[in-house]
Amino acid sequence: MMRFRLSDIAIDGAAERRALAADAAGACVVFEGWVRDHNDGRSVQRLDYQAYAELANNEGERIIAEAISKFEVTDARCIHRIGNLVIGDIAIWVGVAAAHRGSAFDACRWIVDEVKLRVPIWKNEHYADGDSGWLHPDGKAVAEY
Amino acid sequence: MNYRLRYFASLADVAGCGEETIVSDAHTPRALYPELATRHGFRMAMDRLRVAVNGALVDWEHALADNDEIVFLPPVSGG
Repeated sequence: MMRFRLSDIAIDGAAERRALAADAAGACVVFEGWVRDHNDGRSVQRLDYQAYAELANNEGERIIAEAISKFEVTDARCIHRIGNLVIGDIAIWVGVAAAHRGSAFDACRWIVDEVKLRVPIWKNEHYADGDSGWLHPDGKAVAEY
Repeated sequence: MNYRLRYFASLADVAGCGEETIVSDAHTPRALYPELATRHGFRMAMDRLRVAVNGALVDWEHALADNDEIVFLPPVSGG
């Protein structure tokens, strides 16, 4: 079952949430990551996301499966955008359903954190000054490509 | 051996292409990356990269086979 996927079109959060519905679920926690107009002190106009799709799908599915075995949740899904995004677009959508709210909150946050760390997706920010650049945030100098 | 390389994000920009096929005597990703770095002028240190072969993450000593698809992954920035 595909619980993680990449999407090159706008994410429909309401439809994704309906797919989590289950009689045993008493809580649903949804996280939406939005494209904002600034990062690290610079004015951002738009973003591109690029993914190594084969590995991203495998790694994303693995993260969701790990979350379902690690936390007491009934189901979880994650959709990540690729392609060109503008300010306000949903970049990542994570939804978790569970019997109780605590594990739904915990699992949702954990999935977002793991996706950001592990899944091969890269963000290219386009700035108001015309500059742009791929983000490779690992604490090392960004310019050393 | 023939290897199919795919490049993403800043490595694709520096290489000027998203993929290429090369001939190399390197038998591991650890031996192959410096060849590519020289060829394309990659300045990203190996300790910042992960490596995938045929769609799965592998370690740097993984034994490469003819026609493998190899991807050196710079630090990711999804989410």
